[in-house]
Amino acid sequence: MKVVVLVKQTPDTAELPKVAAEDVRAGKVKATMVINPWDEYAAEEAILLGDRFDADSVAISMGTPESADALKHALAMGVGAAALVDSSDVSGGDLFTTAGALAAAVQAQGDVDLVLTGKQSVDDNSGAVFAGVAAKLGWPLVSGVSKIVDIADGRISVERLVEGGQETLSVPLPAVVSVGKEINDPRYPSFMGIRKAGKANIPATPAGIAANSGKTQWTNIRKPEERKSKCTMIDGASAQEKAAKLADALIADKVI
Amino acid sequence: MSVLVWIEQSQSGVVANSWEVLGQGRKLADALGTSLAAALIGSDTSAAAEEARTYGADSVLTLTSPALAQYRLSGYAAALKQAVAESGATVLLAAATTRGRELTAMLAAELDAGLAPDAIDLRIENGSLVAVRSVYSNNILTDVTFSSPLQVASVRPRSFPMPEAGAASGEVKAVAVTMSDGDIKEQVVAMKSADNSEVSLTDASKIVSGGRGVSQDPEKGFVLVTELAATLGAAVGASRAAVDAGYVPYKHQVGQTGKTVKPDLYIAAGISGAIQHLAGMGSSKVIVAINKDAEAPIFERATYGIVGDLYEVLPALTSELKKRLGK
Repeated sequence: MKVVVLVKQTPDTAELPKVAAEDVRAGKVKATMVINPWDEYAAEEAILLGDRFDADSVAISMGTPESADALKHALAMGVGAAALVDSSDVSGGDLFTTAGALAAAVQAQGDVDLVLTGKQSVDDNSGAVFAGVAAKLGWPLVSGVSKIVDIADGRISVERLVEGGQETLSVPLPAVVSVGKEINDPRYPSFMGIRKAGKANIPATPAGIAANSGKTQWTNIRKPEERKSKCTMIDGASAQEKAAKLADALIADKVI
Repeated sequence: MSVLVWIEQSQSGVVANSWEVLGQGRKLADALGTSLAAALIGSDTSAAAEEARTYGADSVLTLTSPALAQYRLSGYAAALKQAVAESGATVLLAAATTRGRELTAMLAAELDAGLAPDAIDLRIENGSLVAVRSVYSNNILTDVTFSSPLQVASVRPRSFPMPEAGAASGEVKAVAVTMSDGDIKEQVVAMKSADNSEVSLTDASKIVSGGRGVSQDPEKGFVLVTELAATLGAAVGASRAAVDAGYVPYKHQVGQTGKTVKPDLYIAAGISGAIQHLAGMGSSKVIVAINKDAEAPIFERATYGIVGDLYEVLPALTSELKKRLGK
């Protein structure tokens, strides 16, 4: 069995508030880049499936050769191999052009049974690239999975939370599955893992996306307006007095 | 031409966020000078179809089949594709729930259409949809413009007000569905209904959240948070610190790697206000911060602040609000 895990390199979440609008516009965000935290869960699950079902795992990422650290992180965690889809020449794409290039990279791996990825990236927040991958491959998709129950007889059964409840689904393989945070606790890379990943040769293939082939464009990229309200401190001799004053204010604001 | 909105049905009826989207769909259809259509998919759609008529849809397309009794992505995508063709939709919208997000994404990918996922605002410019998205985990805003004939967006819950129900107008049109159960590859093995007494975070107009400040006695701390929430009819939230410490399950987490929420009232008890948390709740209308540390960053974002011990302030607030609300 072969599992592909799709990972993305994204800014460290602690640095996201400092991201400048002009840098997003120019496509050159200045921040410490790490593996997208959601994708760590997918990488961990790929490794766990390796133990449970004797699966081989390959991490695939789209990015520039200088930004292959997300792949190195996945390798250091214990994912078996890595491949880069080189986006150096890509201009004017969108989430579905990325999905197309990733789907082609999955196909290039040969007999893949399962594609795993995180529920979204902390920068684009689209949570839709994996749907594009599933559509391009013509494979079933389950998003937001909280548990892989079993893989047997050419099918995978999974649990996920949806509006109004929790469902258990079974879909035929090959399939695309995006995972949520409930699924596992990603391991920290070991020292040996980091050394091995540092020496790994990561093959790169060009993304092969035609210029301006995206169906959507980002325009008027800006920072959200800062909240202007100043905090009104509520004082009082006792907790009761403070609570009464706060209740007055909340009723006056018509929020309760 | 039309604006088409998928109305999601769950175990307990229509997912209310769908009506918010239909309400905004009305405005977009008017701006485009086209009609507004609602699509209902399932084994029984009659009650929801009647309701959709009262929320301003010019036509309600029902796609009914025993094979569609339960939501399954490939079956629903095929049915919604029929609705797009039938209505001649140029704009397709759905609430950005788990299902709404994957369904719109799958359909946009299959129909080669542009997609704006989890949009927070929608308008029409020059006869085309413009969606506003919050990206970089709520730290950057961008307009999304489209160059495809069909424009697809999922809409973050609570981005638009609930429309007022009016007189039922508009026609209900049954679209023939030919698929059978065998055409759908996914199987629903089990479905557990959620506890209905619990208010969902993304839907909530009020949220009470607990953070690391409850560590002194986490069990009691979250009991106090839950009691205040119950008094207000609010959902219970938590910071990542509280979730990671195991005080409450992940589904309560608010913030960059949790849920983004936008209630009218957000009460943060014992939450210092890490930027990752602020990113998830910063657009709440009124924010109340209760914290022992007067220097906690949460006070910079709060509307009202109380410096104090949450073990004293929360019970005092619960009993005060019980009095005020006549409970």
